[in-house]
This record gives sequence, structure tokens and C-alpha cells, in this order.
Amino acid sequence: MNSTIAAVSTAQAEGGIGVIRISGDDALLIADKIFYNANNKKITEMKGYTAAFGRISDNGEDIDEAVALVFRAPHSYTGENVVEISCHGGVFITQQVLRAVINAGAVPAQAGEFTKRAFLNGKIDLTEAESVMDIIGAKSRSAARAALCIKDGALRKKIDRVKDGLLAEAAHLSAWADYPEEDIAEVTDESVYSVCNEAIGELSGLLATYDSGRAVTQGIDTVIAGRPNVGKSTLMNLLSGSDKSIVTDIPGTTRDIVEDTVIIGNVLLRLSDTAGLRSTDDAVEKIGVDRAKKRLEQCGLLLAVFDNSREIDNDDKMLIESAKDVPCIAVINKTDLQQNLDVDYIKSKICRVIYISASTGEGKEELVRAVEEIAGTAELNPSEGILSNERQRLAVSNALSSVKEAKEALQAGMTFDAVTVSLEDAISELLELTGETSSDQVIDSVYPTFCVGK
Amino acid sequence: MDAVGNCPCNPSIGGTAKGHLVREIDALGGEMGKTADECFLQSRMLNRGKGPAVHSLRAQIDRRKYSTVMKHKLELQKNLELRQAEITEIQKAEGGYELTTRMLAVFKCKTVIIATGTYLGGRIFVGEVSYESGPDGIFPASFLGQSLKELGLPLRRFKTGTPARVLKSSIDFSQLEVQKGDEPPQPFSYETESLGDNKVDCHISWTNDRTKQIIIDNINRSPLYAGKIEGVGPRYCPSFEDKIMRFKDKPRHQLFIEPCGLDTEEMYLQGMSSSLPEEVQLKFYHTIKGLENCVIMRPAYAIEYDCVDPLAMNSTLEFKDFPGLYGAGQFNGSSGYEEAAAQGLLAGINAALKVLGREPLVLDRTGSYIGTLVDDLVTKGTDEPYRMMTSRSEYRLVLRQDNADERLTPIGYRVGLIGEERYKRFLHKQELKKLELKRLKDTVISPTDEVNRLLVSRETSEITTGVRLIDLIKRPQLNYEMLKDIDRTRPQLGANIFEQVEIEVKYEGYIQKQNKQVEQMRKLENKLLLPDSDYTQINGLRLEAQEKLNRIKPMNIGQASRISGVSPADISVLLIWFAQNK
Repeated sequence: MNSTIAAVSTAQAEGGIGVIRISGDDALLIADKIFYNANNKKITEMKGYTAAFGRISDNGEDIDEAVALVFRAPHSYTGENVVEISCHGGVFITQQVLRAVINAGAVPAQAGEFTKRAFLNGKIDLTEAESVMDIIGAKSRSAARAALCIKDGALRKKIDRVKDGLLAEAAHLSAWADYPEEDIAEVTDESVYSVCNEAIGELSGLLATYDSGRAVTQGIDTVIAGRPNVGKSTLMNLLSGSDKSIVTDIPGTTRDIVEDTVIIGNVLLRLSDTAGLRSTDDAVEKIGVDRAKKRLEQCGLLLAVFDNSREIDNDDKMLIESAKDVPCIAVINKTDLQQNLDVDYIKSKICRVIYISASTGEGKEELVRAVEEIAGTAELNPSEGILSNERQRLAVSNALSSVKEAKEALQAGMTFDAVTVSLEDAISELLELTGETSSDQVIDSVYPTFCVGK
Repeated sequence: MDAVGNCPCNPSIGGTAKGHLVREIDALGGEMGKTADECFLQSRMLNRGKGPAVHSLRAQIDRRKYSTVMKHKLELQKNLELRQAEITEIQKAEGGYELTTRMLAVFKCKTVIIATGTYLGGRIFVGEVSYESGPDGIFPASFLGQSLKELGLPLRRFKTGTPARVLKSSIDFSQLEVQKGDEPPQPFSYETESLGDNKVDCHISWTNDRTKQIIIDNINRSPLYAGKIEGVGPRYCPSFEDKIMRFKDKPRHQLFIEPCGLDTEEMYLQGMSSSLPEEVQLKFYHTIKGLENCVIMRPAYAIEYDCVDPLAMNSTLEFKDFPGLYGAGQFNGSSGYEEAAAQGLLAGINAALKVLGREPLVLDRTGSYIGTLVDDLVTKGTDEPYRMMTSRSEYRLVLRQDNADERLTPIGYRVGLIGEERYKRFLHKQELKKLELKRLKDTVISPTDEVNRLLVSRETSEITTGVRLIDLIKRPQLNYEMLKDIDRTRPQLGANIFEQVEIEVKYEGYIQKQNKQVEQMRKLENKLLLPDSDYTQINGLRLEAQEKLNRIKPMNIGQASRISGVSPADISVLLIWFAQNK
């Protein structure tokens, strides 16, 4: 049986309507758990190609009013049972609905998974296989970019701490079981309990703070970059200072990268203003620059800022190079000054170029239009941000249940071999979260720590 | 020919995960378990109390007898000719390969299995001394390596070692801790009824600060530390000097003193492998309690040898680029008698099936430790001699040593290694097991005083209504043995049946969960990939995945999913490509 998958299938923007698609054998059952039909009829009792109006509720808490469209296998896009929930648009609400669907038993869809299923179920012609594979390839690259985001920061540190604790205990259990004739310290119930309890505490904490941390930081991860004094901060202030914007300081997560969440037109952007990009010998400054570069590789949208009044230098060229791999808008700032910039060169490398004077605000509408345009194109994967976050949350939550399972097994008097299997499940969930390969991690941790021989 | 069944290292068979392998070999119809039972000196089930998944049988054996018995079995085997010769050259020929011996005899073969152990290009190191040799002073295979390289096999060098053998009468056992066997000892083979009594004891001693000091003072005389050995040694079988240097804070190390046989006075010092000069060996052995006056009969040595990169093989142990050519044992980068025997059996089965024109046999990792071992070798490769461990199997709660027959005997029967009679016995046993499981579900135990007294004495809660027997066995505080007095309809069954039933009842939830994972992996394993697929031609695969897939050429999508560098999205792409090309 295939798992039932779910994703937001409309753009991650402040739009009119957001659609959450659920596909798989249990799609109707899962929808029933969160959708309360106004006329009390269950979704599982509805025919294909019919719609219902009702409320979406997660654990008794209403999220939104919505319309559910029911498709029964094989008459749907994927060929499976499908429910499409149309709710009020907006990042926050669509994400809450998706969350409810996942809590009800669906798993976040992998890159291109709806298309893959459609293909495997014969809904897409064999001749289109090539293009389907291309789509999955492209989406997995953008998903990989989203996954990169977790490689840094406080979240990563917390996860690593839990993972390392579990790994050390699993390695001890493994050495103790596989080398019974070595003088390896006995594994005690107490030590396993204490590792489990610590992991349960940390992971529960992560899950509890997940929403407050993530809901605000949701949006297109946007980086403003450019060489020093090009006007990045002014641009940032212009964007975040507009009356439509929500400005939130997110302490702890930003370090020296200033971070704001703003709504530009109908698109939610998470802005960060990086240290200037330039080659430097100064050690401290270099750390800032390296961090900025890294941030640049991982971002969802790059606003590359250039100074209209200065000629292109090597730092600008570096920036143009980095712009190749991410969706990018070239922002030519300081249009109120004399032009010395070779704009044609920039245009030859970056297809979207707009002019602005960040200090006077002239040209802002042009920038807004460009952002909206780029947000509506395929270049930005509509729900990848949310999905990868939902996948992360699910991984943390799965890891938590595996650790709890290990603890319960121990309490019930099960032997350590069974406990170990649950601990290893938790480890592999956390490794998946941090994008590491899980194979042989436990065994590799045995040798440096334990002196075992034959 | 005297190297048949020779045990140049420890005089024992089995151990953690290795015991699983021996049981699996036996379940498939192999000889290792039976021969070990015939030559057993002492037997212990390791890891009792740590859970059924990690229970492992280990037996001390009479090493000379083991070799004699095994060789005799080969001599008696129908359709098998045992010949002694050093193969110096291998060449492709019409319909197979042509082998030339040192004496210039030529053999034409349809299929060839290379199982060169540590003989291929073998070189022994003891301190400053080094010379070409196989193990136990037997001459090495000095020419074949060159020929294999010319044929195009990717060879590299690995290293292993063995401790000294010392004279029994020179050991003072009065100061040492005794290690006895289990009573009654359990056999490896499902065919062995009983083993009789344990025949020997083993002894335990410890190294100390003085031992450590001697090693540190002489470390520059170790060929490994002097940079003379280029081969890669295993992490789990380090020489004693490695243990000292890598774990400097550890005050003492354990060693086991094991007899090599009943008609020899040679004793094996498990844990004391070394490549230091003989005089240094003697010095540090003399610091150990009980060994103060020990006499070394054969010194410890390190041995370096040629082996192949197993990524060049597929799961049948046949070389991808050389149809009909197989590899097995240490030649494939593994370590250990049991690992070698498991591969020898699989390669042998496949070489024979090929000659017979039958479908090859692949054992997957969802069904056996043998499959796990082979899959690890041919999918992940190995950078050091590979040793089996229970931690290597993600399905270890279902791949237990108690149920190897259930998993593999039907396969042994299918390939022709299990005879009709044994297979009938196996089917009968399965039937009995099924009936017993049913009986446990159907039998209701009433809440009598006798029952509740028993429950209270085992610190578990009393019952107030009738309870199914199966639910009592599920309680962690209880087991079959404890319930025998209140279980009045219990039939007379083999111990192994009770063992299997009890584990299945107690671990039901875990077993179900792992069975589901097994089923999912099997689905992918059934999607076969062709060996001549060119993955660079598949759109959507990431570059890294294309390269890895082209290098390894997995036999199916399941194997592809375990290659590091192949992501779930790449597997999606492969599945679509597979559906398209079906």
C-alpha cells in the first residue's frame, strides 16, 4: 500500500485561495478527520467529482472555512483517491491546514511525488516519462537547496546534541552486544533511561517551539546582497518600512544577518541583509563574508544590488556569478546619481533587472512587480519551503515517538535488542533531517570509543 | 590440500553474528555447523539476557580435527574432485577460463571461484623480519596476483594478524579465572541431536601497566608503526600494540587462553595478536598473570595479502565484467572463517547453477545475514577486512539464529542442497510450531490459587478471570519454562520449537513492524535492473547518482536505494524509468 501524501499546491504567497492536495488510499479517511462538512455528510460517503463546504479543524481548534473536492480512484490526477481542500489563501492558513492533514496521518509529499504517482498509475502517457523525470530532478534540486538551510544554526545544534547522545548510547549497546567477550561496561537501564529522557525533553521542546519559530520565518527566504555601501540597508529599510510590512526581529536566529519578514505586493518575503560580499584578508570580516556567501547559496530569492554610480568591480562579478544558481533580481540602486555602471553587462547575465532609488523610494513599484512575477513562476517551488519544514517537523516528531517507544519497551521489561532498534529508528530520522546518510553511523561510532578485538 | 578447513587463527567457530552465519549455512545445507559440532570442545550461547536478536552460539573446536573431518567430507563428496596445485595463471578461454598450475598442468573450467584467503601475495611481518609466506608457514600464491591484475581485477592489500601459541604446561592456571561451557551445550546444526559434555575449559587473564610499558618502549619496532605494512588492518581486530596505542587510558586489557585441540598442548592467546619482534612478544607475555613463565611455541605475526574490491562483483559473487568468474572469502575483503564459509557456499551454489544452466541464487539482506554480508560488500564496498556484526542488520529482530531454518531451508531445498528426508522433517517441525502457537491462543488459564501464587512469586499481577496462555507468555516477567506446571496440555516438542514460539509471541509487535519493512524492501528488490544500463542517459538523475549507479550497476532498485549518494528523488526517477522500459 502506498502512503498517503499531502502538499500545498498553490503558490506560497498572500493569495486569494490556497489549495492543499491529499492523495493516496486513505485520502478520504484522512480528510474526514479534519474536515467538518456543513451538512454533516462524511467525505468517505461522497461520490467522486463532488464538492462540500465545511470547516477545517485540528484537534478541535477551527482553522478556516473551506471547500473540499473529492476525486475517487482512478478518476483523479494521480489515479488515487484525492481530496483537494481549498481554503483562504495565505502562507499561515495553508500551512496550518497542511499541518492538520499531516497530523491526521498523511506524510509530506516528496519532490514531484504527485506527478510520479500519476505516471506510475498510467495517468500520464509513457511518452512523457522523460519530462516527468526532469520535473522530479529539478524539484529535488530545489528541495536540496531548502534542506541546506538546516545545515546551520541553532536548530541544527539542538538536533546534533540529541543525535549525538542517542548515537553514543546506540554505539555502546552495539559494542556491548557484538563484543560480549570484551570488557565493555554493562549497559544499564539507568543510562538508557537518562538518554531517552534527555532526548524526549529536547525533541518535545523543539516541537513545541516549532510553530512560534517557523510561522514568522515562513515565506520566501530572500537575501539582499551586494558590495559594501551599495545601499543594501537603505533598500531593506525601504522594503520593511512600508506601511504594509510586518517587521519582526528574530533574536538568536540571525546572528549578524539582519532578518525581517515583509509582505511585498502579495508575496511574503523573509529578508536578510548580508555582510558585504568582497574579497578580504581581515579574518573577522572574512567570517561574515563566508557566511553571506553560504546564505546566498541557500536562499530562495536573491536581490543583487548594484551601485549605478560606480563601475563594475570584481566583487560585483562575484555576485553575478553566484546569481546563476538561484532565482535573482538585479537591483540597480542610486538611479538619482550619475550612471557609471555597465548595465548591459549585468543584463547579459541576469535576466530580471530593475532600477530603483532606495533613498527616494522611486522605482519601488517596479521591484514589487518583479518580485510578484518571479514568485508566480516555476522558478520558485510553490510549497517547497513549507513542505521541507513540514518534513523536518515530521522527522522530529517521528524521532520523538521512536525514543518514547524505546523508553516504553524498557519500562515493559523488553530486552535491549528491541530497545536498540527503536533508538536506531530515532537516529535515522534525525540523520535524514540533517541530510546525512544513516548507513553504518552506529557501527562507525563503535570503534573510536570502544577497544574491541578478537 | 592440508589447508582445507584449516583454522590458522582462533580455534573456535561462531560468536556474535558469526554464529548466525553458521546456523544459516547449516539451514541452506552447508557443512560448517555439522563439522564444528563433530569437533566441538566447548560451547557457549553468548549474550543470553541481552535479547534473542543478539543470541549467538560460539564453540571452541579441535582445529586439526576440524580440518581432517572437513577434508574427508570433500573427498567423499560425489561429483567433487579435490586436487592440490598452485594456480599461477588464469586466462579467458572459449566457454570459460583456462587455469595453469605451477607444474604447468592446464585446467579448462566453465566457472572458477577465487578463494585465496590470506595466501595471495601473502607476506608475514614479525618485527624487523618479513618474508613471503601464507599463514601457518604454508607457501603463498606468489604468481596468481599478477595474472589477476592482467585480467583486470581491482586488487588491493589488506592486513590481519594472529597471536602466539604457547605451551600449556608453561601456564600457571591456578591464578586464572575459569570460563566453562554451557550445560548442556547447544549444537550449531539443526541436524545434530546432542553434543555430549563440554571437554575443555578456557581461562581469562588481564594485561597490566608493565605490559603497556613494554609495548610503548618497543612500538618503533612494530612494522605497522615503522610504516612497513601498507595493507589496511581491521578496526575490530587490532594487534595488541594497536589497542595500547589507540586507547592509552585503558589500564588493562582482557585475554582468553583457549586450547587448540585435545591432542595438542598448544594454547591460543585470544586478544594478544602482535607483529612485534619475537623477543618483545615473549617479554610482554611474561608480564601477564599466569603467563609469567610461558613458552612460546609459535610466535604471533601479522600477514599482509592481496584481495579484490568487492564492488566489482554482483550479489551472486560473480564478477560483473567476467561471467563465470566468482570470488569468495577473504579474497572478497571479508575477515573470519564464518564470513568466508558463507560466501564460499553462495559462490559455489551459483557457479554450479551456472554450469547447470539454472537461474542464479541471490540471498537478499531482508532474509539473512549471508545476504546482508554480501549486499554490504558488493553495494557499499569495504575499506578494511569486513566482519559480520548484529548491528549491521537492520532486520535483526527477524533474522535470528533460532529461526535460520525457517528462513533458508526452503531455499536450500530448492537449489538441491537439502534432501527430501530433511526437508520433510523441516516441514513437520513447521507444522508442530503452528499447532503450538494455535494451542497457546486457544488455551485459557483459570484464576486458580495455584496460578496466582505462581504469578505473585514472579512479581507479576494476579488474574481474576480466565486468561489466554499466550497473554501470560507475553508478560515480560514470565516465560515458557516458568509456566510449565500450570500449562497442563503442553505437548512434548523440540527445544527449538518452544524457543521460536516464545520469541514470536513476546516480540510480536516488533516482528510485525520489521516484517512490514522487509516487505517494502522486497518490492524494490523485485524490480530488476539490467547490468548494461547506462545511467548517464537517464534524465533527472543527479550527477552523483549517475556516477555511482554506473560504477556499481545494482541488480535491482532495492540495491540502488542503498548506494550512498543515491537520494529518494533519484529512486523516484529510476522507478519511472523502470516503468517506462518494462
